Amino acid sequence: MSVLLYLVPTALGLGLIGLFGFMWSMRSGQYDDMEGAANRILNDDDLHDPQVRPAASDSQGH
Amino acid sequence: MAENAPAPASPAAAAPVQLELVVEGIASAQAISQIEQALIGIPDLVYARLNMTTRRLTTQWAHAGYNAAPLLAVLDRFGYRAVPFTTNQAEEEESARTKWLLRCLAVSGFATMNVMLLSVSVWSGNVTEISTETRDLFHWLSALIALPAAGFAGQPFFFNAIRAIRSGEMVMDVPISLGILLALGMSVYETAHHAEHAYFDSALMLLFFLLSGRVLDHVMRLKTRATAANLAALRAPLASRLAADGSLAEVPADALVAGDVIVVAAGQRIAADGLVVQGQSAVDDSFLTGETERRPVGVGAQVYAGMLNGEGQLQVRVAAAGRQTLLSEIEALIDNAVTSKSRYVQVADRVARIYAPIVHVTAALTAIGWLIAGASLHDAVIIAIAVLIITCPCALALAAPTVQVVVAGALFRKGVLMRSGDVIERMADVDVIVFDKTGTLTLPDVSQPDFARLSDADLRLAGRLAQSSYHPLARALRDYARQHCGPLVALDDVQEISGQGVCATHDGEDVRLGSPVFCGLADEALPGGQSLIAFARNGAVTLLPVGQVLRRDAVETVRQLQASYRVLVLSGDHAGAVEPVARALGIAEWHAGIKPAEKLVFLNRMRAEGRTVLMIGDGVNDAPALAGAAVSMSPTTGADVTQAAADALFMGEGLGVVAQTLALCHKGRAVMRENFLLALVYNLVAVPLAIAGLVTPLIAAAAMSGSSVLVSVNALRARSAGQGQSDTRRSG
Repeated sequence: MSVLLYLVPTALGLGLIGLFGFMWSMRSGQYDDMEGAANRILNDDDLHDPQVRPAASDSQGH
Repeated sequence: MAENAPAPASPAAAAPVQLELVVEGIASAQAISQIEQALIGIPDLVYARLNMTTRRLTTQWAHAGYNAAPLLAVLDRFGYRAVPFTTNQAEEEESARTKWLLRCLAVSGFATMNVMLLSVSVWSGNVTEISTETRDLFHWLSALIALPAAGFAGQPFFFNAIRAIRSGEMVMDVPISLGILLALGMSVYETAHHAEHAYFDSALMLLFFLLSGRVLDHVMRLKTRATAANLAALRAPLASRLAADGSLAEVPADALVAGDVIVVAAGQRIAADGLVVQGQSAVDDSFLTGETERRPVGVGAQVYAGMLNGEGQLQVRVAAAGRQTLLSEIEALIDNAVTSKSRYVQVADRVARIYAPIVHVTAALTAIGWLIAGASLHDAVIIAIAVLIITCPCALALAAPTVQVVVAGALFRKGVLMRSGDVIERMADVDVIVFDKTGTLTLPDVSQPDFARLSDADLRLAGRLAQSSYHPLARALRDYARQHCGPLVALDDVQEISGQGVCATHDGEDVRLGSPVFCGLADEALPGGQSLIAFARNGAVTLLPVGQVLRRDAVETVRQLQASYRVLVLSGDHAGAVEPVARALGIAEWHAGIKPAEKLVFLNRMRAEGRTVLMIGDGVNDAPALAGAAVSMSPTTGADVTQAAADALFMGEGLGVVAQTLALCHKGRAVMRENFLLALVYNLVAVPLAIAGLVTPLIAAAAMSGSSVLVSVNALRARSAGQGQSDTRRSG
């Protein structure tokens, strides 16, 4: 039964990792736009940065 | 579009500022990258991200002195209309509460899974040879996880229950909280006494499923609230500002400042607080006073932002504009949309008042019955608690919200925006569909106008007159006149008579634009077969035949609808124009020349006959009928007052969405009923088992999860409405 000594904490730890992962992803707004996320993956915009940053606008000549 | 820019704030602050915009017309995945790419390079713009779910664009600017005009110009170039937007407080609170519930759901989910892991070991150990020590260890571990988790995730229920008990009400949360607390308490007691069974997993699973139902319900409400807020933002904040040279410019209400003069057309919402400086009308201030009677206003009268203008054109000198007034208006609209809770939800509240006592009495009777039968106090109490656990309404709580979310999502993807969840049920009751003709069954054929009959001077005058009306024909004329004569100045003192036309006095001449009868022609003098408007200048009448084209899928949609509904047309237009349309659509029952009040009378008569009417219309003249019908739809191109009265709005040129909406709502209600039935069957099976003392934690877990999952999965069926139904067809 000594196997329980590490199996139970391992199971709990894995569960906690999942829980904190979810909390983090929610806090960072990853569920705010489910529809957009589903569509964004289809965009072939690897060459560009979809988010406007000062660096990006500089490179466009501003 | 340059004038659409919000007034730049003072450039003093250097901190980044955020600007949120509602963007209209986003339909495809390309829109995201298209817009975001195009925005690269706009000065001071640091960050832009488009949210497809809420249709809002979040932007961040380097400092408060930014100029949003280039951004609006870019969006305009792609054909998207954007309006600055402030999230209102109610929506923020709703959103925060939804997130809190999600957190509770996550915690209960995590705890359920881990406790279940331990419970399954105990259950399998109980039928093999688990040592008491190991079982106790597992039970204590379960308690270690379950107690804090239930303490956190149970908060929504505990708080509600405490509030309800304090105010002497009975809500479902009281038996729920009691059940959870008793289950946990009993389990700890049993564990301390080395017993075989503990109900930690049942208590947590209960929380998990109940929270799922709550979260779905809130997601649904948040969505309707956000939709209503978007619509309000897209609608209300634009104002027609009168410039010094007499020309009109459309500006966001945010950009108005005290002292500006705005022109408010008939049927439009007033964008700012102010005093009437010209014109006469009646305003609907029901959002302020609750009175539905319209209040007549004239020069010098005080009007407030959000009031609906009646039938005359007003010029208002702005006294206060901006966020303050805008917010009050948006909130009124939203409360309107959200307060009408689903009838089933209300039934659920009423059920709670009966349900809770029944549950508690049943549990008490069970305990007493077992005591009389000779069981020990300990066994009797444990069985009674099992009854409390098993009767907690998991499946019941999931039955309606799951379906509402699924149907609302499916409708949203088809371009139909619902004002509230109970629209689904009301739509499903419909047996008669009444269409308005102009703008609903037909669209003005702007490509071939016959406005060329007007002389240039008359066209100019007619165009100016048309600026004050939201009627589709007036809009077509206005656009035509703008093309040929350039910018137009609206006339003063324009009166709009619902369903008739607009008139004004200009340079001492009486000018009228509207139905030929309104312009002074006798009915007999009209050529048949065409939709006509007339322009009259001091009695000299020019007839303007306006080609109307049927909406592209009108014929097949009507044919589909006729298979299951009585379809009829009520139009304010004359018989000669209605008849060909009705014939083309195969509608035998049509009424022409109906005035707005008569439409309402007609609908009331239908109601008296026991009919449930779906009214579909777009004009100011349809608004009373839309409000009076059992349920109503309006295209998003309709007048403000019409959209405010409609229960659902649909976008696009097609009419097929109407049939799809009806089919989806039918399916939705059917699935909802199945769900309630499933929940009932579950109770009928499980409660006797619990009373008989046969419910072990294993059975409780299987019954609860089984019924909840069944109800949720069943709800998904509502999404694919009409595969076997005649009145639905997917439009490409």
